[in-house]
Amino acid sequence: MIASLLSADFPRSRILAVALLAVFAGLALAPFLFPGTRPLDVAAKVCVFILLVASYDLLLGYTGIVSFAHTMFFGIGGYGVAIALSRMEVGWGAIAVGTAAAVLLSLALSFLIGLFSLRVKAIFFAMITLAVASFFAILASQLSNVTGGEDGITFRVPELLRPAYRVLEQPLLGVTVGGRFVTYYLVFGASLVLFVALLRVVNSPFGRVLQAIRENEFRAEALGYRIVVYRTLANCLGALVATLAGVLYALWLRYTGPNTTLDFAIMIDILLMVVIGGMGTMYGAVIGATIFVVAQNYLQEAMKAVSGALKGVPVLPDLFHPDRWLLWFGVLFVLSVYYFPAGIVGQLRARAALKK
Amino acid sequence: MAENLLELSGVHTHIAQYHILQGVEFAVPRGELTMLLGRNGAGKTTTLRTILGLWRASAGTIRFESADITQRETPDIANLGIAYVPESMGIFAGLTVQENLVLAARNGAPAGERLERIFRFFPPIKTFWHLPAGLLSGGQKQMLAISRAIVEPRKLILIDEPTKGLAPAIINNLIEAFAELKQTDTTILMVEQNFHAARSLGDSVAVMDSGRIVHTGRMAELAANEALQTKLLGLSLETHQ
Amino acid sequence: MKPIEGQRLDWAPLALLAAVGVAALALIGSPSTWVTLTIAGLAMGLLIFIMASGLTLVFGLMDVMNFAHGLFIAIGAYLAVSTLRLFSAAAGADSFLANLAAVMPAMLAAMLVAGLLGWFFERVIIRPVYGQHLKQILITTGGMIVAEQLIHVFWGPDLQPLARPASLRGAFIIGDMAIEKYRLIAVAIGLVVFAGMMLLLNRTKIGLLIRAGVENKEMVEAMGYRIRRLFVGVFVAGSALAGLGGALWGMYQESVTVHIGANMMVLMFIVIIIGGLGSIGGCFAGALLVGLVANYVGYLAPKVALGSNILLMVLVLLWRPQGLYPVSKT
Repeated sequence: MIASLLSADFPRSRILAVALLAVFAGLALAPFLFPGTRPLDVAAKVCVFILLVASYDLLLGYTGIVSFAHTMFFGIGGYGVAIALSRMEVGWGAIAVGTAAAVLLSLALSFLIGLFSLRVKAIFFAMITLAVASFFAILASQLSNVTGGEDGITFRVPELLRPAYRVLEQPLLGVTVGGRFVTYYLVFGASLVLFVALLRVVNSPFGRVLQAIRENEFRAEALGYRIVVYRTLANCLGALVATLAGVLYALWLRYTGPNTTLDFAIMIDILLMVVIGGMGTMYGAVIGATIFVVAQNYLQEAMKAVSGALKGVPVLPDLFHPDRWLLWFGVLFVLSVYYFPAGIVGQLRARAALKK
Repeated sequence: MAENLLELSGVHTHIAQYHILQGVEFAVPRGELTMLLGRNGAGKTTTLRTILGLWRASAGTIRFESADITQRETPDIANLGIAYVPESMGIFAGLTVQENLVLAARNGAPAGERLERIFRFFPPIKTFWHLPAGLLSGGQKQMLAISRAIVEPRKLILIDEPTKGLAPAIINNLIEAFAELKQTDTTILMVEQNFHAARSLGDSVAVMDSGRIVHTGRMAELAANEALQTKLLGLSLETHQ
Repeated sequence: MKPIEGQRLDWAPLALLAAVGVAALALIGSPSTWVTLTIAGLAMGLLIFIMASGLTLVFGLMDVMNFAHGLFIAIGAYLAVSTLRLFSAAAGADSFLANLAAVMPAMLAAMLVAGLLGWFFERVIIRPVYGQHLKQILITTGGMIVAEQLIHVFWGPDLQPLARPASLRGAFIIGDMAIEKYRLIAVAIGLVVFAGMMLLLNRTKIGLLIRAGVENKEMVEAMGYRIRRLFVGVFVAGSALAGLGGALWGMYQESVTVHIGANMMVLMFIVIIIGGLGSIGGCFAGALLVGLVANYVGYLAPKVALGSNILLMVLVLLWRPQGLYPVSKT
């Protein structure tokens, strides 16, 4: 049962298994374990980013291509529902229309970009995606009558998802079962299902071909696989999942704007999460996203303390300034690429394999 | 027997997971033209590239003038006085004919008697002196590639299939040039598939098969022994003119 | 034995530049406006060329794409801020020579520090990942993240004003044309850099080696030249030029933010893709094309302006999939 759910792709490390279970349990029971608005926000963001990072891992880790346009697809999903819900009658129909339109746009764009630039070198693809994504971000901020420009779009969601809505009159185990509760489990459930689906994809024959191409392009080509076709398909699939992640995130925030979706900083965040967690492992997305999002929200307070303690020393307080937490993740990222290309998950698995 | 300029002993070369050279062992006598023969895929090109350090030998030693050069860097090996004419010719297409030769002449601009000799061997070099080399025909490119190797005195010239894909008239032109070049004291190690060229130019010969040397000797002996040719190369030189 | 007929210089891209200029004149109508826009476009194009030339040469020579090239631009711009602050008396004086005495050190400091940083970057960040494209992209992007954060540490997160000295402000008025002085200076510096680069590449042995190395670095090594040393030199020089470009660009915009590097990165990628990866002449033509089109379209159809670069890139690639001046690799 579990084997088929995980597509027989097990953690292969006891520590990793425990960590994954802890993350799963924490997220599954988040409304009960971490009551309060902010912790639940963090939990929902972790869910969405696990999915987003996992879909990026499909490209980077399994297919061996670097895309800088992943936030663009994430944003398309967010703007899709936002525009639909703010222009149409608020309801599930609007969500469906917005999602469908966003998915179609993402698929068309990723197909075109793939066809256009994947036949050449990985570097060319990276450059093109960077250019297209930055163009898209400018476009979104300029077309303010459609996208709300820099302010973004705040929108209403169906009644069931509204914070004021109550499913149960009485709190369940001390937790209010209302719109936020429902929305959280919608986000959690959809992320979980899509993550398991991605796990299935990378362990399918299709996923094996992708990895064969990543390992040795010429050999895969000699075996008769059309490299461009496979890479373009992977690119489209990654874009599709990123779009859906964007939809979920927008529904949770009830807002879509450049800063929550299209910003290049988010692209950097995704890169950091996937590399530190472990490229080409899928589980790395879980570990990377959890560590990163939690750090993003709570590390700054720890750094504030360090920075305060170092007051008076030149430069050092600035290095530990709460806003500089990204500096340390950047250093960790660079070291990871050099020394632990399979990230935390790879390290844990290597240790487990040594013990055997 | 002449003194050996270059000696390979037990040379192994791996390219990725493939074991290409499996203990290559032969010597190139000073002042002679040594022909390296063998079927396609026998490891001839890999041997030349390994000598020059373009592939790194994983075992064995390569000695040039008795010095071990096995682990040296390509530029250092070249600076010992070794020139290389690869099968692809390695012409810089965006540079003019003149600029190609300027780069090949490490000790000052190409000039004087050596340049005159190049012009005499290969008149198109003079004619197209200021033309981008990429516009030359295949035969002219080969002339330029060989000119680069002889623009300054070199102790050893490694040449990979200079006659490949060229018209018979040009091949004869090249053979004449090499024949005259042999009168000087230049040592040459040449890979060749054209048996006519091989037989008329070679002094000594080494035959490869599956990454090993299977025969060494004098070219004249091999040329006279049809049975040996058939055994080593799968066909006789006579039938393949 | 006649060679294939052919020209030394491929004129088509240059003809395209001229055609764009002529078409713009026809569409704009007013010659004085056209002159103003053209000079603005040339200034922008030449500044981009200064910044991007190192990026494309480094790629051509060693197959290395440095996603952190923007860092050198940012460093150059920030050093200009600091240096002009240091020489604020000279920068504020009402004399061209005094202003020059402030601007020159700013440019030199930008080049020096960016060059040193480039040397460090090549040794520490890039050298271990030769030939591994995926790692190159990741590692240089990571280097960019760290460097941006360090800029925050040293200069703070706020927008830094970068006022040009008095004599570099204002415009020359000729008839009904207004030509900004600084743009003319940018054009002049850009042309000097381009001319110097062309002399180096075509008239010196080092230049020949660079051109030959872009085509076939193995053959250059087989001829006895150490391509590594050449590469480090090109990397450092390219970084220094990016620093210079950053300082000039900062003064052009009169303010600097930490994102200047990342923003320019996109523009540079478009330029070197348009030009043909690895081609210095292509980089020049591509930069001018991007600069001119951005300014013309910005005037004619401001709504479309933001997409003009991408559109231009797509059109050029449809015409020449390898860019304006494809580099022949053997």
